[in-house]
Amino acid sequence: MVIKVNRYKCGYCGACVSVCPTGAIELIETWIVVDDTCNNCGICSRICPVGALEVST
Amino acid sequence: MKDRYDIIVVGAGPAGSVTAKTVASKGLDVLLIEKRQQIGDPVRCAEGVNKKYIANFLQPDPAWISAEVKGSRIYAPNGKMVEMGEELSGVEVGYVLERKIFDRALAMEAARAGAQVMVKTRATGLLINNGYVTGVKVQYMGKNYDIQCDIVIGADGIESKIGRWAGIDTTIKPGGLCSCMQYLITDIDVDPDFCEFYLGTHIAPSGYLWVFPKGKNKANVGIGISGFLPKNKRVIDLLDDFVKKKYPKGKIIEIIYGGVPACGTIERTVSNGLILVGDAARQSDPLSGGGIFNSIWAGEIAGKVAVKAIKRRDVSAEFLQEYERKWRAEIGKNIDTSLIVKNRFLSLNDDDMNTLADSLENMDLKTTNLLGLVWALFKSNKKLLWDLRSIFKDIKDINDVDFDDINSIN
Ligand SMILES: Cc1cc2nc3c(=O)[nH]c(=O)nc-3n(C[C@H](O)[C@H](O)[C@H](O)COP(=O)(O)OP(=O)(O)OC[C@H]3O[C@@H](n4cnc5c(N)ncnc54)[C@H](O)[C@@H]3O)c2cc1C
Repeated sequence: MVIKVNRYKCGYCGACVSVCPTGAIELIETWIVVDDTCNNCGICSRICPVGALEVST
Repeated sequence: MKDRYDIIVVGAGPAGSVTAKTVASKGLDVLLIEKRQQIGDPVRCAEGVNKKYIANFLQPDPAWISAEVKGSRIYAPNGKMVEMGEELSGVEVGYVLERKIFDRALAMEAARAGAQVMVKTRATGLLINNGYVTGVKVQYMGKNYDIQCDIVIGADGIESKIGRWAGIDTTIKPGGLCSCMQYLITDIDVDPDFCEFYLGTHIAPSGYLWVFPKGKNKANVGIGISGFLPKNKRVIDLLDDFVKKKYPKGKIIEIIYGGVPACGTIERTVSNGLILVGDAARQSDPLSGGGIFNSIWAGEIAGKVAVKAIKRRDVSAEFLQEYERKWRAEIGKNIDTSLIVKNRFLSLNDDDMNTLADSLENMDLKTTNLLGLVWALFKSNKKLLWDLRSIFKDIKDINDVDFDDINSIN
């Protein structure tokens, strides 16, 4: 997993899930999980309304 | 929970509940599952709907109506205001709902019609056999179950996985997602009769900001942005800028996050044993971001087709095409038009928008519909809006439209 999710900022709206080109993100109950199909494209991090996702470098 | 149903509906938003109700009321065995422990909460919505449209499907109930408005006011970047009657304001204006109660009421109607509702129950995958979706893997209270059915309805909203699990690409391209943030603010001075929309790059670049009143001193104040902002800016920052200036004394009593599929229609919404509805099928209106009404409408179509398919014992994608055809002919057509308008508007700069607002001066905007407004804009700004001409080609029912005029421009 290369994306870091700040659970304290996240409002579990699911917007990031919808744009993920590899389907790596899932909204489970109130938290976001990212599996190893993540290709680090960073789209989720750019569209998150609060910046709760960070691409690790 | 049994191990077999006729139909399993995943997601108890408006799309799922209406589908489940439609199917259950015809006597079929339906399971409606919702992963949240409370239906409708947290809200992901500004809660505006067109009164008349909604009344076609539901008996209005004061319990879920938070406010009733007369129309909308749109503020151009230079502050100039254009006022429109409810009729013209499109899918989002008329009632401001209380979605927490509304969504629950719809789920209750499904239950009353005979559907079994299960909350805190999440779909974790699909059962697939010989190219047919034949059930859902679910998790409830940490335990996993496989439940069989003839048709799965994916009504799992913006974060939908059902389509992807069945091989339908529902990924939204970044420019097609409208990323939103909203506060419910109380103790502020708002006009309870109007929904307000603010345009302009200094307020909402590639999007708009809204103020939807929920009674006298309370409003949903939110913003939706398509595509990427500069790297150091977030949607929440833009909302904070506006709120600090406009409502410095307001008290924020709720924070709402959300994404709206504003991408237009996707290639396919059925597969063998599977139907997608609502936000899961990306059926929101790309221009306004409104999706409640389309979800309900599509849910009813999906429910009716599902009942037919089960009675005929044919749940193939080919048979379910009837759903695809029907929703595209009505809802899909509106979405296509909205997408063309949205794309054109996204490319306008502030000066262009000011020009458009100016051109509406002295026009009576109480009675025509949204398309009529776009037509009025088009007529007096042909150069600016030339790309929109295709949408008027086969439309015959706009009030006050001189169609000879249309033919002469095509
Ligand atoms: C900020 C914002 C403002 C909006 N404003 C308006 C507006 O003013 N007017 C309007 O008409 N529309 C508006 N919309 C759009 C509207 O909210 C949606 O179009 C509408 O809720 C879609 O209904 P739905 O039933 O398809 O999906 P949803 O209402 O999202 O319901 C989907 C449900 O599925 C559940 N689910 C998801 N995955 C699973 C799973 N694996 N298992 C079980 N359950 C699952 C979810 O928890 C959710 O309850 C707005 C949206 C946002 C984000």
